[in-house]
Amino acid sequence: MKIRRIENLSELPCVSEVPLGGILSNVGNSAQYRTGSWRTQRPIFKADICTNCLLCWINCPDGSIAVAEGKVTGIDEMHCKGCGICAYVCPTKPTKAMSMEQGGEY
Amino acid sequence: MVKEQVKGTVVGVTGDGAAADAMRQIDPDVVAAYPITPQTEIVERFAEYVADGKVNTELVAVESEHSALSACCGASAAGARVMTCTASQGLALMHEMLYIASGNRLPIIMPMVNRTISAPINIHGDHSDSMGSRDASWIQLYCRDAQEVYDTTIQAVRVAEDQRVMLPVMVCLDGFMVSHDMEWVEMLPDEEVKQFIGPMRPVINLLDKDNPISIGALALPPVFFEHKVSMIRALEGAKSVIKEVADEYGALTGRQYGLVEPYLMDDAEVAIVVMSSAAGTTRTVVDVLRDQGVKAGVLRIRSFRPFPKDEVVQALRGVRAVAVMDRASSPGAVAAPIFSEVASAMYGEEARPKLVNYVFGLGGRDLPMEQVASVYERLQNVVSTGEVGPVLTYLGLRDG
Ligand code: SF4
Ligand code: SF4
Repeated sequence: MKIRRIENLSELPCVSEVPLGGILSNVGNSAQYRTGSWRTQRPIFKADICTNCLLCWINCPDGSIAVAEGKVTGIDEMHCKGCGICAYVCPTKPTKAMSMEQGGEY
Repeated sequence: MVKEQVKGTVVGVTGDGAAADAMRQIDPDVVAAYPITPQTEIVERFAEYVADGKVNTELVAVESEHSALSACCGASAAGARVMTCTASQGLALMHEMLYIASGNRLPIIMPMVNRTISAPINIHGDHSDSMGSRDASWIQLYCRDAQEVYDTTIQAVRVAEDQRVMLPVMVCLDGFMVSHDMEWVEMLPDEEVKQFIGPMRPVINLLDKDNPISIGALALPPVFFEHKVSMIRALEGAKSVIKEVADEYGALTGRQYGLVEPYLMDDAEVAIVVMSSAAGTTRTVVDVLRDQGVKAGVLRIRSFRPFPKDEVVQALRGVRAVAVMDRASSPGAVAAPIFSEVASAMYGEEARPKLVNYVFGLGGRDLPMEQVASVYERLQNVVSTGEVGPVLTYLGLRDG
C-alpha cells in the first residue's frame, strides 16, 4: 500500500500571501486537484468488449473517461473518484466492458 | 487634499430617516432588503426614493433577510456598491450570510437597528441582536444619535471599500430610542457626499470578463487558517482607516468621531463605559455630578468591532473605579460582552481601575437618570471603601 503524500506546509501560502477573500484568479485550476486520491475502488476497462456506446463517458460526473475519435481509450486516474457510475451504466452482457475492482491507488 | 468646511442643511428627521437619506445620497447600485420593525422606515423611505427616481439603485424586494444578504453578496461580488439594512430577528436570519459576506471580503454597508431577540417577543431596543454577530468579522459602529447615524452611514462606505479593509460594515442604532426619535440633523449637500465617498472601484468583480475569477472556493485545513487570520488582520487594520475617514469627514463637516468618544475623562476618578444612545443620558448625569464636584466621566465606545483596546486603556488609565454598562447579556458568562472586552483590555495594566458590570435596558427598558446616578454613587463607594462587591449586577430589575 502506498502512503498518501503529506503536503509540505511551508510551500503553502502564509497569512500575507493568501488571496483576498479566497478568490481564485487562476480559473479552471480544478484540473490540478487530485480527486483520484479519494478513490477506494477503481474502474477496469476492457477495450475488447467495449461497444463504444459512450454511456460511461456521458454519465461520468468527473469527465474521467478518456475518449479519442469516438472511442473509449481508458480512465483519467488522477481525477476518477471511483464512484462506479461508469460500471453501473455499462450495458455489455454477460461481461461488462467497465467494471469496478477494489483498490484505489494510482 | 484639505477641504473647506461645508455648510449643511438642517432637517428634522428620525434615526431611520437619517439612514435612508444617507442611502439616497450614497445612491448605491443595489439594495436588497426586507422590512422589519424598527428598521421598516429605512426600507419604506428608500423604496420611495427609488419609485420617485431620486436614486439609480436596483432595489431587490426579497422574501427574507437570508435572501436579502444573499442577493447583496452576489451583487457585491459582481462589483456593485451594495447596501441593505435590518434589525433583530432579521439579523439572526442573515447570520449564515454574514460570514459569507466578510469571508469573501465583500464591502456591504448595513444600517442595523438594534432590537432585542425573541422570545418572549418584543420589538424594542437592546443590543442582543448585534452582539450575537460580534464574531462575524463585520465592522460594528454604534451611533449615539440620528446625526451620527447619518454621518456614520456615509463614512462606512469609505471604510468598507478601502482596499486595506474590504470588509462589510454594520452601522448600529438603538431601536425606537434613535430609530423613531425625531431629531435635528445636519445633512451635507448631495454633491459633497458623492465626492466624499467617490465612485465605486471594485476590487472583486465577477463581471470583469478580461480578468476572470472564481469566488467561494473550498479552503481545506492546509489553507483555511491563514485565510481566517488574514481577515482578522484586516479587521484590526480597519481601526486606522475608521479614524482616517472620520478625520477627513470631521474636516468637512466639523463633526468629529473616533473609535471612542471620551467625555470629561481627562481627570475622571469614576467613569462609565457604555455604547449608543445611553451615552447621551450618561453625559447629562455627568454634567450634574460635575456641578456637585464629582470627578465623573463617560467613555462611549463607537467601534465595538474592531475593539479599540489602546484607546480604552488610555482613557481608563488613572480612573479609580469604572462601571461597564451593557445593553445585552451573555447568559452563563462571567459578565456581559463589553465588560469582557474592557476587562481583557485592562488586564495587562499595573494600575488598573476597579471594574464592575451592569446589564441594563433589556427589551428596550428605559434608563432613567437616577439609575445612572446610582451607578456613579456605587463607584464613589468603591473608591472610598475599596470594596467592589458583585461584578455583575442588573440595573433597573425587579430582583427578588
Ligand atoms: S468510477 Fe466514477 S469517476 Fe471514475 S470513471 Fe467511472 S464514472 Fe467516472
Ligand atoms: S459504457 Fe461500457 S460499452 Fe459503453 S463505452 Fe463505456 S465501457 Fe464501452
